Amino acid sequence: MIEEIGTTEQGDLVINVGPQHPSTHGVLHLVITLSGETIRNVEPHLGYIHRSIEKMCESLSYRQFIYVTSRMDYLSSHINNHGCALCVEKGMQIEVPARAKVIRVLMDELTRLASHQLWWGAMAMDVGALTPFFHAFRERESINEIMEETCGARLTMNYMVPGGVMADLHANFQNRVKKFVQFFRSKLDEYDELVTDNVIFQNRMKGIGVLSGEDAISFGCSGPTARASGVSCDIRKLYPYEVYDQLKFEEITESRGDCFSRYLVRLREMRESLSIIDQLIDNIPEGDYQAKTKAVLKLPKGEFYSRVETARGEFGVYIISEGGTTPYRIKFRSPGFSNLSALNHMARGYKIGDLVAIMGTLDLVIPDIDR
Amino acid sequence: MDVKDVLEKNEPFPGQVHPTPGGGILVSSIDEVISWARSNSLWPLVFGTSCCAIEMMSTASAKYDWSRFGFEVARATPRQADVIIIAGTIVNKMAPVLKRLYDQMADPKYVIAMGACATSGGPFFYNTYSVVKGADHVIPVDVYVAGCPPRPEALIHALITLQEKIRNGGSTQGAVDGNGKNG
Amino acid sequence: MDKEMLKTRIVDHFPSASIEEGTEWLTISVDASTWKNDALKLRQAEDLKLDYLFCLTCVDWKTHLSLVFHLHSTIYRHTLVVKTKMDRNLPEIETVSDIWRTAEFHEREAYDLFGVRFLNHPDLRRLFMTDDWKGWPLRKDYEDPVNMIRL
Repeated sequence: MIEEIGTTEQGDLVINVGPQHPSTHGVLHLVITLSGETIRNVEPHLGYIHRSIEKMCESLSYRQFIYVTSRMDYLSSHINNHGCALCVEKGMQIEVPARAKVIRVLMDELTRLASHQLWWGAMAMDVGALTPFFHAFRERESINEIMEETCGARLTMNYMVPGGVMADLHANFQNRVKKFVQFFRSKLDEYDELVTDNVIFQNRMKGIGVLSGEDAISFGCSGPTARASGVSCDIRKLYPYEVYDQLKFEEITESRGDCFSRYLVRLREMRESLSIIDQLIDNIPEGDYQAKTKAVLKLPKGEFYSRVETARGEFGVYIISEGGTTPYRIKFRSPGFSNLSALNHMARGYKIGDLVAIMGTLDLVIPDIDR
Repeated sequence: MDVKDVLEKNEPFPGQVHPTPGGGILVSSIDEVISWARSNSLWPLVFGTSCCAIEMMSTASAKYDWSRFGFEVARATPRQADVIIIAGTIVNKMAPVLKRLYDQMADPKYVIAMGACATSGGPFFYNTYSVVKGADHVIPVDVYVAGCPPRPEALIHALITLQEKIRNGGSTQGAVDGNGKNG
Repeated sequence: MDKEMLKTRIVDHFPSASIEEGTEWLTISVDASTWKNDALKLRQAEDLKLDYLFCLTCVDWKTHLSLVFHLHSTIYRHTLVVKTKMDRNLPEIETVSDIWRTAEFHEREAYDLFGVRFLNHPDLRRLFMTDDWKGWPLRKDYEDPVNMIRL
């Protein structure tokens, strides 16, 4: 436990990184113990964006609390909403129509693409390359425009409701998505040329921040962080929800567990998302976009857990209900919380520059951790 | 320009006093040139806590470029920044950090409160034990932007409003009004 | 592996644990005083191998507090939910952060928001709130007349 900034008895230097710092993860405060430039210990201090969401949700109804989860992991806002809607539907035994299921999966995969695009741009900026940031945001704007036409907002769209989606797809949706998929496939090759094949980038990433498979499981990591260490944990494959069991896509795993593997896993996941969108975009079934539900939802007494695969890992919603219109206790199992606990273990023995690379590949979004 | 403050300070005077920036032909033209130069080259501080930070980054990138208006260089250190755009919620633990950053900035400095959370607590107004209901409880704010998150065009509108405010000589800090007092 | 097979294995290892009916995953309740040994058994037993703790929740039932552990095995792919009860005025339990490393942060969060003391935790202090915050915010009897509005 570090008491104060300064020098320890062994001559190690204790310094602060953050909470305000020029990377784009959010307000993460790290207290680092350094011996020269080598890291001895990294201690994250959290709570700088703790908005007491779990307590707030105890006074919100089951239709209202979904908007708040958009703001937790704002880069996968659709997927978070999806998880909450699934939990409420599980509790109330609501059957979602087929059209709504397909629309939900399409929106999820577009959100995953947008989140990975921003991750790629931000990570390249952290490591020192400023140009990919602008490339990534240009592509992200296309997805934001598609979302805005249908859902009405660019970043935090409250589109998923218990029973389906809030409104039907816009008439232009299919054409725009098809054009975007074609455009983005060629861009992924460009990303490979720009950054992946760059010798300096590879030297900064290979062999850094190694996390073994057993450690990943013990630290509770999920998502691309764990998959790069060889752990097979994609919720879309293990516990398929909506139409994922009818789709053909691969779970990407790598075995080395270093920064470069985590980077490659996410890049390849972007390609898999494009192939999922391809399989679905021409086969959207007709029908209702929302099941008929009562206006005021009351979950029966009991406990319900539902999980979805966000861009960062497994997002779980655990609702304990006493039969009223508001939940008795909600717990959001956020992926970043467990991924962050592995940071100290991963960063020991490396240099400060490597710490920035490791944090970039962990893809942390701090409001998700602090809730 | 809002003259209510001026009226309240000048109560014993008969009539109304409207200050002109600088006061006097020579000094007021120099003041205009200085205000014009200041407003066209404001450097923002990189300060984003939550979702609004993503829209701020969108404003900085190629489609809604804010460097057309002079906000080219986003500085990470408060010593070299002119304007702090508070993008995101401020919680009790973060408030002293924000105050310290604001104190470290050099005069003249300006503040934009972006988004509903920085304006008034936003969606986290009720039943939260740790959210500061509005960044103006911590530091004085010049321009408020509504939205959750505000569109990049809304943020650019706020930046242009701030530029006009500086050119007209009004600000909460740093500029001197016609009576020789800090506004 | 399905619920029935897991149930037989659990009953073998923990004959005194009570099993809840009607839940999605097998839910057992254990005593807080034997939790550390039970957790070691759950992690290391050859036919259980529950190595992935994915959710640690603390719940405030107004008469007592309870902890809920969601455990999963990456080898057998079965899920188990373990609940323990604790006294409200003195909520103490052994830490499991040396068995599942993810519990370090989760237990700090439970301490910060509910006041549960985890014995032998390597670094038990507040996680989200400031160090000098008084009170346990997520408890049902947390008084905050300024911010909390009762409808």
